[in-house]
Amino acid sequence: MKENQIHQLYFDNVDQPVRSINRRNFIKKLGGGLIIVFSLSSFAFKSRSEDDHDKRSDEELDLNAYLRIKEDGTVDCYTGKIEMGQGVITSLAQVLAEELEIPMNTINMVMGDTELCPYDAGTWGSLTTRFFDPLLRAAAAEAKAELLKLASVKLQCAESELMNKDGFVVSKTDTKRKVSYAELTRGQKIVKTISAPPKLKKAEDFKTIGQPIISTDAIKKVTGQAVYTSDIQLPGMLYAYLKRPPAHGAGLKSLDVSRAQSIPGVTIINEDGLIAALHNDPLMAEEAMVKMKAEWEIPEAKMNTASIFEHILKTADSSRTTEEKGDVATGLQEAENIVEANYLDGYKAHASIETHAATAQFEGDKLVMWASTQTPFGTREAVADALNIPLEKVHIKQIFIGGGFGGKIYNQQAIECAKLARLTGKPVQVAWSRQEEFMYDWFRPAAVVKVKAGVQNNGRLSAWNFDIYCAGPRGTQDFYNIPNVKTQIVNGKNVHPFATGAWRAPGNNTTTFARESHIDVVAERVGMDPLEFRLLNIEDPKIRKTLQLAKETFGYTTAKTGTNRGCGIAIGADAGTIVVLLAEVEIDPETGVVKPLRMVCAQDMGQVVNPHGAIVQTEGGLTMGLGYALYEDIEFTGGAVETQNFDTYDIAKFAITPPIECVFVDDMNAPPQGGGEPAIITVGGAIANAVYHACGARVNQMPITPQRILEALA
Amino acid sequence: MEQISFSLNNKTVMVEANPNDILLWVLRTKLGLTGTKYGCGIGFCGSCTILVDGEAMRSCGMAVSEVAGRQVTTIEGLAIGDKLHPVQESFVMHDAQQCGYCTPGMIMNAVGLLNNNPNPSREEIIEGMNDNLCRCGSYRRITNAVESAAKQMNGGSNK
Repeated sequence: MKENQIHQLYFDNVDQPVRSINRRNFIKKLGGGLIIVFSLSSFAFKSRSEDDHDKRSDEELDLNAYLRIKEDGTVDCYTGKIEMGQGVITSLAQVLAEELEIPMNTINMVMGDTELCPYDAGTWGSLTTRFFDPLLRAAAAEAKAELLKLASVKLQCAESELMNKDGFVVSKTDTKRKVSYAELTRGQKIVKTISAPPKLKKAEDFKTIGQPIISTDAIKKVTGQAVYTSDIQLPGMLYAYLKRPPAHGAGLKSLDVSRAQSIPGVTIINEDGLIAALHNDPLMAEEAMVKMKAEWEIPEAKMNTASIFEHILKTADSSRTTEEKGDVATGLQEAENIVEANYLDGYKAHASIETHAATAQFEGDKLVMWASTQTPFGTREAVADALNIPLEKVHIKQIFIGGGFGGKIYNQQAIECAKLARLTGKPVQVAWSRQEEFMYDWFRPAAVVKVKAGVQNNGRLSAWNFDIYCAGPRGTQDFYNIPNVKTQIVNGKNVHPFATGAWRAPGNNTTTFARESHIDVVAERVGMDPLEFRLLNIEDPKIRKTLQLAKETFGYTTAKTGTNRGCGIAIGADAGTIVVLLAEVEIDPETGVVKPLRMVCAQDMGQVVNPHGAIVQTEGGLTMGLGYALYEDIEFTGGAVETQNFDTYDIAKFAITPPIECVFVDDMNAPPQGGGEPAIITVGGAIANAVYHACGARVNQMPITPQRILEALA
Repeated sequence: MEQISFSLNNKTVMVEANPNDILLWVLRTKLGLTGTKYGCGIGFCGSCTILVDGEAMRSCGMAVSEVAGRQVTTIEGLAIGDKLHPVQESFVMHDAQQCGYCTPGMIMNAVGLLNNNPNPSREEIIEGMNDNLCRCGSYRRITNAVESAAKQMNGGSNK
């Protein structure tokens, strides 16, 4: 795929890049048509993670997205969000089509380009739909009203006599009397800013929202035309391979590049810790990198895969209370039963099939770059900082991303690539090998969750003490109506031997596993069915409704479903969505091997914009979740990551993926909630509980391996 | 360096390469066909799957000399003009891809599977596809897509 073809494929009809800073200026540089601008400051929407939404920059508040109805009647929608498989390229267009009354195929989504699109902090936290849908609908409604006004003049007809339909303004009484959006915007340049929420369509009038729509980018993806960062080839481009240390924290003792240098056409860089071999043939570059001889000083390992949990408890020293209700000490004292346990979760890799990649070239003093990033604007800033050049000298371009899951929020490869492009003066590509990916992509942190619960003989939970080491507070707020609750989040600065960070619903996979496992243990202590126990303790009508829906869809009667078979339940809350998962498994009691038989997932995500897309995301999350629940674990000794490829890092595969049924408590009048992350959080807990009911093995550590099951049975 | 010739997507190509050069990189860089993806480099993920004489193979573990004189098909060579291959069409209809990165390898593996066994059972599809990895978790949709493509190719309807 050559550079000139990329424009043709992905930038159809989009204006030439304009300056990124002083965003109001770029409106001036756009062509004609009707342009609707909308900004966060008009509405109280959060665009960052819940923890740091106060730190919004001026740029973020200035202008957040816009759409342009062009003179040919097609509509460009510009957003700083990116598409990485979560399907928002489709669902955002769907929302726009609905409110603006235009066909889906007239919409061109322009995403994540730092010069074409308004600022966005990043695509994470299942925020795209929650944050953008209301804004997009408001902008579309504003555009629609403006088009009515224009049509009223053109058709000499009162606005009240007109309606918007399929890209036209049409007379309500004489449908032959109509004018297209294209005709109305031709020769015009109208810029409108929305300041007050305009009148939106009612759910009962929806034609497109709520319809199952297949991904609009599918054809590009099945034909190999979808372009990812490492597919870009620029004239004269060098492929870079970096010499990496064998462990995090290792220091370079000596470096001999003489054998590498003998390869014709090779460029060797050794600057500020960046050691790279570059060549216009990637195989030669790799060979040169291998031929560099480096000696490293590896610091003594302070922990490994086996000792990490003890290490966490010893070194995590900073705690804060995130929830406190009643008095947990008194609650425990008065409880007729106390149940206490620790739950453990090892490090997990994102393991996107596309590794981190960046391709960059200087055009004059300006760096133009493609990067497999969930944060194009953050990457622009990081690159500008690293090169010490102004923000407007870096342009991150739109691209497809081969999976992110939180792992492409931070982009070290982009900085490496930018530096090498400057040092060599040539276009450069850095595409990490799978080994580098396991080494430098941050991990979901290993964590320990300590739970101490009090329960009365009648099944009422009376106290819940939740100490969460290294998993964070997301999704931990009590929904079991426990009168006495204390939740503490404990972290430490030097706990982990390598970088850790967000991983699809950060922390919530671990804490939901702990809570939902423990709820089952507590239910058993008082002799209750785990589902009935949950219904007894949960008052929230939305959660009860979702639980009932899951129960009915599954046809649940009892947790023990047959010989060596069991059904596990887990409930969770994430990104505004309520999830209930019922998972049935079968265990081979000889080997401890778990075979998932069936999963039923009920969710309340408010308005379901694209029911088809929501199912795809849910199935995907549940399937991915089977990996962390049953197989995924990182082996390491100190900073040396021993798990380096898919031969030792098992993820979910075809053969273990059971039938999955997804159902929704669809409330078309409610605001839409998160869809990309929530479902996955329940997999660990549901599988742990199912394993227990199948064979009596209570495994408190993920992954729930055959060995741990056999040990629990022994 | 040697001149190595083979049929690529039904056209004869001549490429100057070291005989041991890995086919994946020759396809991607020297021949400009970037639909075939790198995923793991050790044949464990299947993103680099192509067809050699109609059989699904991992291009990340093959030397370019191994395909000399043989017929290589990549994802770019599957459709005839605008007419998608039934497996591609079925992937679209079933929305059997999310991020799309593993998709070319999945499709090529499925075509290879159907070349060997035009009428596979669901279990045979799962077994034949099992060593291709999809992190987005589209396995069930892919299985459905391959199942209905097989039916359609055998003269049935691809629903």
